[in-house]
Amino acid sequence: MSGTTTVARKRTTRKTLLEPTSRETAEKYQAPRLEIPVTAERDHIEGPVNASLTLVEYGDYQCPYCGAAYPEVKKVQKELGSELRFVFRNFPLTNMHEHAMNAAETAEAASTQGKFWPMHDFLYEHQAALGDPSVALGYAKKLGLDTQRFEREIAQHMYQKRIKDDFMGGVRSGVNGTPTFYVNGVRHDEDAVAKALIEALNHTK
Amino acid sequence: MSPLKTSLMQTGKMRRMRKPENRVAARSRRQQPLKTKKIAKKVDSVLGPGKTAPNFSLNSTPDQKVSLNDFRGQPVILAFYPADWSPVCTDQLSLYAMVMPEFKKFNAELLAISVDNIWSHLAFAKDRKLNFPVLADFEPKGSISKKYGAYKERIGESARALFVIDDKGIIRWSHLSPDGINPGADGILSALENLNKAQSVEKS
Repeated sequence: MSGTTTVARKRTTRKTLLEPTSRETAEKYQAPRLEIPVTAERDHIEGPVNASLTLVEYGDYQCPYCGAAYPEVKKVQKELGSELRFVFRNFPLTNMHEHAMNAAETAEAASTQGKFWPMHDFLYEHQAALGDPSVALGYAKKLGLDTQRFEREIAQHMYQKRIKDDFMGGVRSGVNGTPTFYVNGVRHDEDAVAKALIEALNHTK
Repeated sequence: MSPLKTSLMQTGKMRRMRKPENRVAARSRRQQPLKTKKIAKKVDSVLGPGKTAPNFSLNSTPDQKVSLNDFRGQPVILAFYPADWSPVCTDQLSLYAMVMPEFKKFNAELLAISVDNIWSHLAFAKDRKLNFPVLADFEPKGSISKKYGAYKERIGESARALFVIDDKGIIRWSHLSPDGINPGADGILSALENLNKAQSVEKS
């Protein structure tokens, strides 16, 4: 009996007289939340726009960890089907990855012609070829895009502002590297693997 | 004397006054503070808002030192971090290098601090294209991190702790990240915004 009271008192003493301890921080820890809401007007959304579950990725096309997460996201989509909408936003780490901005611009240029997701997938499936723009151009041709317009928009950096806006929105939401996922609006601090993502999505349903 | 010791002495005293008991109980009471002390040593407790940021002078290159007081008159962000060369694509500091233009909008200076030595820092900063000083809290190891309550004795590394210090050298925001969690830059930016708001209120 007396033991219990002592412990309780000890805790109170520590809390009031000291700064928060790391243990307390961990207990109170709340992952950052997505500051920029998902909108059909602006976002690239795969899956039903009004799906009950939302997975947002801030990614970089040249980042190997994003490349590794790409098939994991596919697994999540397969598992959850029409319950899920998947959103991709740009977070090119241009100081580390020299082709990341160009790749993001490539996907955005394809998006303008209605082919964001095929190009997004293609870029992740051909990460090793990002340094050679003719590879993505060849795919654009195959997709039936107006390649002149496609090339011109990339060369003129038409989408750089949008990409930078994505980046800063990510920073304000607590993106701390790539890929960073948000599960129903909360940063996913666990591993970027299908199992953990599906668990988190179902958990916060 | 530390606030912890003082508080323990006070509570010990209070208990003695309230409960005059047998010797066994008295011994267990005497042992209590020791146990608590042990816990307190393991747990980090970062300096909080309102405290004066302890000054320091640490090497940024083999023959150059950077002092906190050099930056009086502008906000300073201190980022303590565990180690150079963490095996992830973007570590915390590469991200800060990219967000630097935003920090500069607040006229803020960023200083990163870890216990790695200066040669490691130089190679690391070059590799990650860091555009701010990376300081070596190397000798005596971790002494500045300890002053900020941002040192992990057991592993001998700085904790992932962030501080935003105002133009007068007062800590206005601090944050200790749970183990293994990179805090990102959102907390720093919000703290700088709040600092700006508070200062414009003071001026008006």
